[in-house]
Order: sequence, then structure tokens, then C-alpha cells
Amino acid sequence: MENLLNIFVKSIFVDNMIFAFFLGMCSFLAVSKTVKTSVGLGMAVVFVLLITVPVNFLVERYVLKKGALIWLGEGFADVDLSFLTFMVFIAVIAAMVQLVEMVVEKFSPALYNSLGIFLPLIAVNCAILGAALFMQEREYESVIEAGVFGVGSGVGWMLAIVSLAAIREKLKYSNVPDPLKGLGITFILTGLMAIAFMGFMGIKL
Amino acid sequence: MARQGKEPIFSAKNLRLLTDPVGDNNPITVQVLGICSALAVTVKLKPAIVMALSVIIVLTVSNVVISALRQYIPERIRIIVQLVVIATMVILVDQFLKAFVFDVSKQLSVFVGLIITNCILMGRLEAFAMANKPFPSLLDGIGNGAGYGLILVIVAFFREFFGSGTVYGYPILQKIGIFHTGYENNGMVILPPMALIFVGLIIWVQRSRNKSLIEKK
Repeated sequence: MENLLNIFVKSIFVDNMIFAFFLGMCSFLAVSKTVKTSVGLGMAVVFVLLITVPVNFLVERYVLKKGALIWLGEGFADVDLSFLTFMVFIAVIAAMVQLVEMVVEKFSPALYNSLGIFLPLIAVNCAILGAALFMQEREYESVIEAGVFGVGSGVGWMLAIVSLAAIREKLKYSNVPDPLKGLGITFILTGLMAIAFMGFMGIKL
Repeated sequence: MARQGKEPIFSAKNLRLLTDPVGDNNPITVQVLGICSALAVTVKLKPAIVMALSVIIVLTVSNVVISALRQYIPERIRIIVQLVVIATMVILVDQFLKAFVFDVSKQLSVFVGLIITNCILMGRLEAFAMANKPFPSLLDGIGNGAGYGLILVIVAFFREFFGSGTVYGYPILQKIGIFHTGYENNGMVILPPMALIFVGLIIWVQRSRNKSLIEKK
């Protein structure tokens, strides 16, 4: 339990997807103009991560790893499919995003419309594949740990995009030098927020 | 390779495909594509250069492949086809790096894999390769990859210079003896947030030189 809490808090604050690893920056910068849409996208990312990380964990453990196919029979003990990791992970993610898209379209057309093009683009959001690859690199022990890591990363991503959107809404009233308007100031803002987030570094529960 | 018809191979139009993305239509600072991986690998010059080369190769080859196949790809499943082509290329590059420059491959960790989801790739495939012949797509791929690499190298150069006092691993500041005067490396530049601020500054410089890029609110 303690371990899970540690993973959760760590993935939100210390290893924040955006501020520590810059994953998912494209949609982060593009959708963070208003708080409302960024909350929607944030929820979608949390949801997709909640599903894809554990699924990819199982795929990795029972299909891709060296010797993972041993449950098929002794003859498969030496099979190592790990070079297929990227391809399989991205396929799982694309399929899951398609699923989420259909669910959202059915149950919340308003959210579906406001997310627009960005929902299918979650499939190519680096945060999703990044979480799957970090999950593989850090060698979590159980599917629950992987799931908690997924949710934590998603929540961290959502926190980041919502707070950036809040700042950008206020920023409309400030006097930014012309060449910095829009993209430039957003970069610098994100940098400053990331410096603030570094205060969490080294926290252990 | 596709036949170019009567058009000369390096006509002005084709040349612009190559040079535009390096300058006024830069994928990172203007199109806002592929920022994710751009920032995390720029602490040192060497990984940044390796990363830039990898992206150029992956982008160029997948641009050409998709462009050659563009009439046979059904509209509905085009994203998955594009992903498969990209993923295949990335796997090749990843295996190559692991085999020949293992230390750099370790430093880049997951970011080589993340080339798959690099928005530059999907963006260029969707916007250019699906609608153009293989040769222009080849140029477009090289141009955009180079534009991406250029920003990477600039950011990495400044971060390595101010952060570690070296250039491509060569301790230049130590050699000129500036440390005796009380100069110290700025440890903060190595930290991830400074990459964002550097890109912000590059955008500032670029846009004040070229007013037409300024965003209107």
C-alpha cells in the first residue's frame, strides 16, 4: 500500500510527464488556451493511461519479454520478442484510443465536440507511449503498480495542462512583447512552472 | 524514385521544400511539432546530434514510403498504416544505435522509441507525403528533419556550453583557464526547465527578425 502511494505521488509531482520529461508537449501547448477544454483533454489522457499502461504491462510480461511465451509450451522458452515492443505498444494504444473515442462520442457528445481533433491525436501523444516505455524501463512488479503509475502520470499531466491554461487565460490581459506572443511566452511560462515543480525533487514517502 | 517529368530535379520550388523548414517554417518554432523529444535530449551536444540524425533518417524514409504508397492506402486506416511504417523505421534505428553507439543509446533511453509519436512525423506524413510525389516528399523529409535538428543542436550547444563548460565533450572553458577568474558553470542550465526557456528565447529572436511570424491575438 505504501509502495503504491509512493508510486502515485512520485508520478504526479516528481516524475511529472510534462515538467520532468516534456512528454505530450504538442497537445499541451495547443489545447491549453482555455481551462475548460484542457480539463476535458486531461480527463481523456488520464483515462487512456489508466487503460493502456496495465494492458501494455500484461502484453510485455506475457508476450514480449524474453521467455515470456513459456506458457505456450517448453519450446517457446527462448523466444525473445522484445524488439517488437514499440510496434505492439503503439498498436495497443491506437486501439484503446479508438475505443475511448467511441465511448466519449456515445456518452458525452459535448466533450467529444470540444476535444475535436485532439482525441484521435492522443494516440500519438508522446505521454501515452512514454508512460508505457517508462513502465517497461522501471520494471514495475505487478499490474496494480503499473496501473497506479499510469493514473498518476495522467493526473500529473492533467494538473500541468490545467494550470498552464489558467495562467494563459490571465495572460491575455498582460503586455507581452510582440515577438514573444503566443508560443514564445508559453514556452517560457512552462519553463518557469517546471522550475517550480523541481521543488518536489527527491521527495520520498 | 519517381520520375520528375520535365521539372528539373532542383527547381526553385523543390529547393524551397528543403530550405523553408530550416528557417521560416521551422517544425519546432513555427509549426509547433515534435517538441516532446526535442527538449529532453539537449543536455549535451552528442545525444542531440544522434537524435537529430535519427529523426532525419526516420522522417525521410517514412515520408518517401508513405508517399509512394499514398494511392493504395485506404483513407480510414491511414493512421495505423503510417504508424506501422514509422514504427518499423524507429525499430531499425533503435537496434542500430544499440549495436554501434550503446552509450548514447542508453542516454537517449526512451526517447528513441518516442520518435514514433513525434508529432513531426505524423504531421509531415499527413500534411505532405499523403498529397505529394516521392521526390518532393524526400526533400520535405530532409528539410524538416534538418530544421528540427538545427534547433536541437542550438539548444544543446548553449546548454552544454553554459552548463558543463564543454563543447561536444571538449572542455573548452577549462582550456582557456576561465575558471581561475572565479567563473563557475551554471548548474541550472542542465536542468530540464531551461531547455524550454531556451526554445522560448530562440522563438523570440526568430520572430523579432521576421515580423510576419508574430501571432496576432
